[in-house]
Amino acid sequence: MNATLEQYVSPSLAMVIAAVVASLLIFSFIGVAAFLFIWGERKVSGRIQDRLGPTRVGPFGLLQSLADGIKLVMKEDFVPSGSDQFLFRIAPFVAFSAAFAGFIALPFAEGLVASQLSVGAFFVLAVLSSEVFGVMLAGYSSANKWSLYGGVREAAQVVSYEIPRSICVLVPICIAGTLNLNLITRQQEGYFWNWYLFHDPFTFAAFFVFFIVATASCKRAPFDLAEAESELVAGFLTEYSGMRWSYFFLAEYASMFAMSALASLLFLGGWHTGLLPFEPADRFGSILGNIFDAAIFILKGSVLVVVMMWMRWSMPRLRIDQVMQTCLKYFLPISCILLIGVCVWQLTIPAVVTSTTPFVLAFGSFAGILFAILTGLRSRPTPQTSGAFELP
Amino acid sequence: MTLEFVLFVILATVIVTSALGVVLSASIVRSAVFLLITLIGISFLYFLLGAEFLGATQLIVYVGGTLVLLVFGGMLTSGGPFHYQSIRRSEWIIASVVAVFIFFLLVQVSLSIPLVANERSMPGPGALGLAFLTSHLLPFEIVSVHLLVVLIGAAYLARAKKKTRSVL
Repeated sequence: MNATLEQYVSPSLAMVIAAVVASLLIFSFIGVAAFLFIWGERKVSGRIQDRLGPTRVGPFGLLQSLADGIKLVMKEDFVPSGSDQFLFRIAPFVAFSAAFAGFIALPFAEGLVASQLSVGAFFVLAVLSSEVFGVMLAGYSSANKWSLYGGVREAAQVVSYEIPRSICVLVPICIAGTLNLNLITRQQEGYFWNWYLFHDPFTFAAFFVFFIVATASCKRAPFDLAEAESELVAGFLTEYSGMRWSYFFLAEYASMFAMSALASLLFLGGWHTGLLPFEPADRFGSILGNIFDAAIFILKGSVLVVVMMWMRWSMPRLRIDQVMQTCLKYFLPISCILLIGVCVWQLTIPAVVTSTTPFVLAFGSFAGILFAILTGLRSRPTPQTSGAFELP
Repeated sequence: MTLEFVLFVILATVIVTSALGVVLSASIVRSAVFLLITLIGISFLYFLLGAEFLGATQLIVYVGGTLVLLVFGGMLTSGGPFHYQSIRRSEWIIASVVAVFIFFLLVQVSLSIPLVANERSMPGPGALGLAFLTSHLLPFEIVSVHLLVVLIGAAYLARAKKKTRSVL
């Protein structure tokens, strides 16, 4: 886009305009995505808990988030008198701008990226890890014990989970040989067995480890120790209300999507469908191809976000010592073994094995999913009565 | 006036103001927040110069790691809800004298470095990694052994504390 604009205005003005347009696009994307994800979260939780979820506002309750938004805007902007006013006010914006900045380097399609950094993967990790700062500041500045506990837990959790997360990102990067997210995705072009997920057993495991660790670093349940509403009232959010509260949620959904998008770029072929053996942006023309790419990319990211929601409503929360133990005793050694394994795999395993493994893994997991669905369909759960209707 | 110049002026103002905030604010956590802004500004300077890897490293090491630990320490150790430092006049004088000396030293050093042409693109992570593992292997290994020593030391200290508590 920058190059197109430079034909009409001076290069520096073109750069400023491109930057403004890109940031507005990202901001509106985050807004719309959070809008729909919050609705989705309520629907998913409702269905899992045998309820309907929102139904009243709009078709299927789609406008529920809008109604919530209006309510939140109307609320009083309340700052507790004992708190550190300045820090209390800026904390939500620190969290949100960190999540927002992560989107700068995320390529939505071949030509649809705000800034194509040569160290894109590293930059996204670096920026998203600073989101914890907003949460900690919120916890500290509220001058509330629950908030402080939430903030301290969040700090301990995120700083430890950052290490396995970075190592898991290194696993596909070892194969790709670049940190540029565009190039990494271009290398996974073609059918779905070219995806790094199916490259070898180690990347296959690394995807699942990365996804769990990313869930933990987004402070989503079962790792939502910072909020932990059954123990800490609402954790770091206890003193927040209105718009400032909703900024934390914008940040949370934005970083959930950013993490899912990073997972799909690194492991799931990014914007490639996996069914077309060519790059859509080259074949369908740059506008149509890029829109197609972006749709696929957003779809993949959203599917992973829905999986995160599914995990949240299906699993009980871990205790803080269990969270730290899972990270330091299990995920850290596992991710180190995966990193060494992928290096050894590339250097020592003969070409016959490396060329057949993707097919075995891809069709094996396909068969596994099919088998799971079929058995799930066959064995219907027997309805359980709660005992309320039985006579004593 | 090029775009780079305008951006540099904005960044420099932000960095200098927030750096003053680090020194002048009495609350430790507020200082840490100003330090956060300073460090992010410096990483943006690196991005402006085209050194993307350095900028991202600055973010992940200082913002994501060091500063979080700093605030974590502040949260765990303060006695009341907020911790304020009180600084005596003599400390002010000593600190400002030291600061002036360091400032002049830095100005001297930075003026003595020859200017590098801006057009040349910065080496990416690949070249850096190769340099670490070939021509600069010894300093790299020394630093990593250092970190290992710190890690073992921290683990030892944490464990020793636990033992005495269990004996009591």
